[in-house]
Amino acid sequence: MRNLFPILTVVAAIFVIWYGAAVALNAPWAKDQAKRAGVELTFSELVADTWSQKKPKLPAPHQVTAEIWKTTGEMVAKGRAFSKRSLIYHSWITLSATMLGFVMGTGFGILLAIGIVYNRVMDMSVMPWVIASQTIPILAIAPMIIVVLNAVGISGLLPKAMISMYLSFFPVVVGMVKGLRSPDQMQLDQMRTWNATAGQQFWRLRLPSSMPFLFASLKVAMAASLVGAIVGELPTGAVAGLGARLLAGSYYGQTIQIWSALIMAAALAACLVAMIGMIQRMTLKRMGMAQ
Amino acid sequence: MMWIAIGVISWLIGWRANVWLAAQPTSRFTTLMVPVIFGLTLVMIWEAAVRGFEISPVLLPAPSVIAVTFVQSLDILWQDFVQTVIKGALSGYILGCGSAFLIAIVIDRFPFLQRGLLPVGNFVAALPIVGMAPILVMWFGFDWQSKAAVVVVMVFFPMLVNTVEGLQATDKMQRDLMRTYASSYMQTLLKLRLPAAMPFIFNGLKITTTLALIGAIVAEFFGSPIKGMGFRISTSVGQLALDLVWAEIVVAAIVGSAFYGGVAKLEKALTFWHPSQRG
Repeated sequence: MRNLFPILTVVAAIFVIWYGAAVALNAPWAKDQAKRAGVELTFSELVADTWSQKKPKLPAPHQVTAEIWKTTGEMVAKGRAFSKRSLIYHSWITLSATMLGFVMGTGFGILLAIGIVYNRVMDMSVMPWVIASQTIPILAIAPMIIVVLNAVGISGLLPKAMISMYLSFFPVVVGMVKGLRSPDQMQLDQMRTWNATAGQQFWRLRLPSSMPFLFASLKVAMAASLVGAIVGELPTGAVAGLGARLLAGSYYGQTIQIWSALIMAAALAACLVAMIGMIQRMTLKRMGMAQ
Repeated sequence: MMWIAIGVISWLIGWRANVWLAAQPTSRFTTLMVPVIFGLTLVMIWEAAVRGFEISPVLLPAPSVIAVTFVQSLDILWQDFVQTVIKGALSGYILGCGSAFLIAIVIDRFPFLQRGLLPVGNFVAALPIVGMAPILVMWFGFDWQSKAAVVVVMVFFPMLVNTVEGLQATDKMQRDLMRTYASSYMQTLLKLRLPAAMPFIFNGLKITTTLALIGAIVAEFFGSPIKGMGFRISTSVGQLALDLVWAEIVVAAIVGSAFYGGVAKLEKALTFWHPSQRG
C-alpha cells in the first residue's frame, strides 16, 4: 500500500510521456497532410489530429484501448468471440501453445533435474551443456523447427509448443537441480537414521524442499514460454495468434493492431505469472514455508 | 546398416567412457572430458543416424555437411556476423546496459522513484518485449539501428532491476561506517556501494548477453537489409538450405558462449575479492 502512490505516479508519468511522444512522432504526418490540403493547423487541432490518425507512428493509448475493446468486448457482445477478427481468438491460440509448451518443458525439466541429482554421470555430462545452452540464442532456430516439423507433417499447435518447451525447460532444470540439492547434510543424515528408503527421501525431503526454487523458476519459464509461442508464430506466415497479429500488422503498417496485440501479450504474461505467484503462495502456505 | 552400427558402437563407447571417468576422483581433467565426450558422442550418433536412416538433408543435415557448409560460406557468415552481432547486438547492448546503469544510480538517489519505478521495472522485465520489434523496425528503418533499438529495450529492464538491487546490497553498518568517516555521497557511492553492487551488476550483464543476441536476431525477422543472421536464417529456411541455417546457428552458439564467457571472465577479474569468486 505504501508503494501505491509512487507506482501510480510512475504509471501516470508513462501515460503523459506516451501522449507527448504520440504528438511528437505523428506531427510531421499531420503537418504534411495539412500542407497538402492548404490549411494551417492550430496547436489544438494538431494535437487532436496526432491522437486520432488511422496509421500513426505511435498510436495514443486511447486508440489502442478502443482497438482492444473493438476486437474483444464488442466481439463478445456480438457473440463472435472466436471469430478470426477477434483478439480473444488469437490470444487463445497463443495461450494454448504457451501452456502446452510450458507443461511439457516443466515436466521434461523436472525429470532431467532428478536424473542429474541422482546420477553422477548425467550430472557431469549433461549439466555443463544445459548451462552452455543458456548462452545460445535459441530463439534463432524457431523458424527452422516450424518448417522442419511442417515438412514431417506435424503442424498447428505442436511446433510452437516445442519452441516454448525448449525455452521453458532450462530455467526449470537449473532451479530444480538447485532445489533438490538444497537439503543439507544434517537433514539427509536424519533421513538415514530413520532408515528412509531412497523413494521416501525423495518424496518427503528433497521434493518438498525444492518447492520455493521450483516456483521461482516456473515464473521465468512461463514468461519465456510465452515469448517462444509468439516468436514461433512468426514464420508460419501470419495465420493466427498474437505473433501473427504482430507480423501482419507490420506488413500492412497497422500500428494500432501491433500495439493492441502487444498490450494483449503483456496482459497475458502478467496474468500467467500472477497465477503462478498465487499457486506458489497457496502451496507454500499449506506446506508451512511461507515467509 | 553399417552407419547404424557405428552409431550404436560410438554410443556404447561414449557411455562406458563417461561412466568410467565419472567414477574416477574428480579433477580438472574429468570435469572437462566428461561433457566433451558426451557432446562428441551426440554428434557421432547424429551423423550416424542421418546417414544410416537416410534422413533427407532438407529435414536434418549431417554434422559433417554443416561443417563443410560452414567452411565454404565463411564470407557470408562473417558479413552476417558483423551486421547482426557487432552493429546490432553489441552497440545496443552497450547503449542499453550503460543507460540502465546510469538511470539505476539516479533511481537509487530518490527513494520515491525507487518505490515507484522498481515494481514497474520488475513487471516490464517479465513481459514479452520481443514484440516491440516490429514497432521499432518501423520507427528506425530496416538497417542495424532498429536492431540496436530492440536490443536496448530488451536489455534495459533486467539490467536496471539488477543494478538497483545491487546498490542496496550494502548493510546499515557499512554505510554508518562511511558516515563516521564523513564521506560524501559520491565517496560512499564510488568506494563502498558500487563495488558492493558489482556481483549484481555482472549478474545483469550476464543475463542480458543472451537477450541482446536474441533481440538482434528476432528483430531481423521483421525486415532487414539482405544480410544479417536472422535474415539469413529466415530466408534459408524458406529455400530449404538447412545446412546454411545450421551453420548460422553454430555461429550464434559460438558468439553467445564467447560473449557470456567474456563477461564472466571480466567479472572474475573485477570481483576477485567477492566470496562467490574465491572458493
